[in-house]
Amino acid sequence: MRLLVCVKRVPAPGARINITADEQDVDAAHLGFTTSPHEECALEEAVQIVENHGGEVTVLTLGPADAEEQLRYAASVGAHHFVLLPVTEVDWDPQRTARALTKAIQDLEEGAEPFDLVLFGNESADSGGFQVGVRVAQALGRPMVNGIKGIEVGEGAVTARREIDGGFEVYEMPTPAILGIKEGINLPRYPTMKGRLASKKAEVEVNEPASEQGGQTRIKLHRPEEKVSETVILGKGPEAAPAVVDLLEELGVL
Amino acid sequence: MSVLVLCDHDRGALAEASLEALTFGRKLANDLDVACSAVLIGEGADNASTSLASYGADNIYLVEHSLLTDYGPSAWGESLVQLVNKVTPTAVLASGTDRGNEVIAHLAANLDAPFVANCLTADTANPSTWLMTRVQWGGSLLEDSELSTEQVKIFTVAHHGIEAEQPESSNSGQKESFAPELEESVTQTIVADRVVLTQGITLSTSPVVVGGGRGVGSAEAFSPLEELAAELNGVVGCSRAVTNNGWRPHSDQVGQTGTRIAPQIYIANGISGAIQHWVGAMAAKNILAINIDPEANMVTKAGYAVIGDLHQVVPAVLEEVRRRKS
Repeated sequence: MRLLVCVKRVPAPGARINITADEQDVDAAHLGFTTSPHEECALEEAVQIVENHGGEVTVLTLGPADAEEQLRYAASVGAHHFVLLPVTEVDWDPQRTARALTKAIQDLEEGAEPFDLVLFGNESADSGGFQVGVRVAQALGRPMVNGIKGIEVGEGAVTARREIDGGFEVYEMPTPAILGIKEGINLPRYPTMKGRLASKKAEVEVNEPASEQGGQTRIKLHRPEEKVSETVILGKGPEAAPAVVDLLEELGVL
Repeated sequence: MSVLVLCDHDRGALAEASLEALTFGRKLANDLDVACSAVLIGEGADNASTSLASYGADNIYLVEHSLLTDYGPSAWGESLVQLVNKVTPTAVLASGTDRGNEVIAHLAANLDAPFVANCLTADTANPSTWLMTRVQWGGSLLEDSELSTEQVKIFTVAHHGIEAEQPESSNSGQKESFAPELEESVTQTIVADRVVLTQGITLSTSPVVVGGGRGVGSAEAFSPLEELAAELNGVVGCSRAVTNNGWRPHSDQVGQTGTRIAPQIYIANGISGAIQHWVGAMAAKNILAINIDPEANMVTKAGYAVIGDLHQVVPAVLEEVRRRKS
């Protein structure tokens, strides 16, 4: 099987996210970077599928030149081919991103069979546009379902499970298909030492992304007004139990 | 001209979030001095329509077709495209739920129009360029964004971002059928089957959530939290650190990449309160943090806190709950 996974490099925040002075981006000076969580799971899923069914995994990213780091990480956990579409501006709008990815996928498929499955993350951790995968799917004329937390690959078909409140919906689609993956579909592996060493030698193809601005333009980022709530300390240690239960009674949940 | 609000329903049961979108749509329609129309797609649509007039729908489109047997992103998206082409609304919106964002993305992709997801406000002063405020990072940052297009303006409203409200004046909510022309291919992504794992209250609907974080320490140590949740008719939730350690299934995870909760009270035990977790918990009406660290982010953001070891505090609370119940 041929699988393609589209990933995005995002900052890895802890308790607080700061904004740059020009209000255009997250201030990443003290943050590490990572693969957006849903996409890290999409990558793991793709690697597991080819481990079980044979085939190869290609990983595609549109991002800063430093996103090569996320492609090398993908190599360290078992992916095979790597394509970077470098951009210099902050965070392309979703239409522009989707157009560039569509073109890149068409180029990768030229003279070859289409990818059996293209996997996206359900949404990116940072800008969260909820649409790039769908736009690519429509442009390529392939079926797509988002929110997937389970995949079974069959002959020319894929069965996908989507989590809903209290259970799952099941979708049965012909391949080639596109799926938006959610965290929880698996627990991504850590790279092995051997994988890490091999990833240093992985060949990363760098292609200029096709570019045409869409209709959504960032003006600025800002912080929501924080609810300034004085925390009421109900007590220290187990002695606080009666005060806690008083609160539960007051809220009517007991 | 009109504002068109896609209302999500599951086989006739209206998704509560749709009323938030309808509330937003009604106000937007008032600002623009146009009608507010609701849209329900597929089997059971009529059953889901009962409360829409009281939340501001001037009229309701019931989209019906023999292939629309259940939810499907392509089928719903294509149906919406055809309705939009027929009624040429000024704007189309839905709630930013899994389905809302998905169907609206299909609409926007089909029309090659911009789509701004998870908005909180829309400034419509300039007809060709609306100024939207939307959430990023699950709600911990806001982005002011221009939505520039001569086409229909397409966006979703952040779930829990606004409260559903009934307008004072009543609306007629007159129903009108719309029959799209659908090709067989749309059935490729219609729900084929369902697996029910739990009946009744779930993490996203429970009035009480007892959460545990890294501080709980192990899968076994969740037992007292489960007992407390059971006593309060609630459910257990957890942080991403817990699922990454394999202590709880991912379906228990509260956070940006897990479930968004909105209980009457969230009892957060041994949870530091990283952004990832906080954005999933911040819609809770009340938060009680139990933590040994008085400086923990969860403690400083919570309305109530107990400073102490959850392994001692939770059993003491459990005992007190049981004493008062008997």
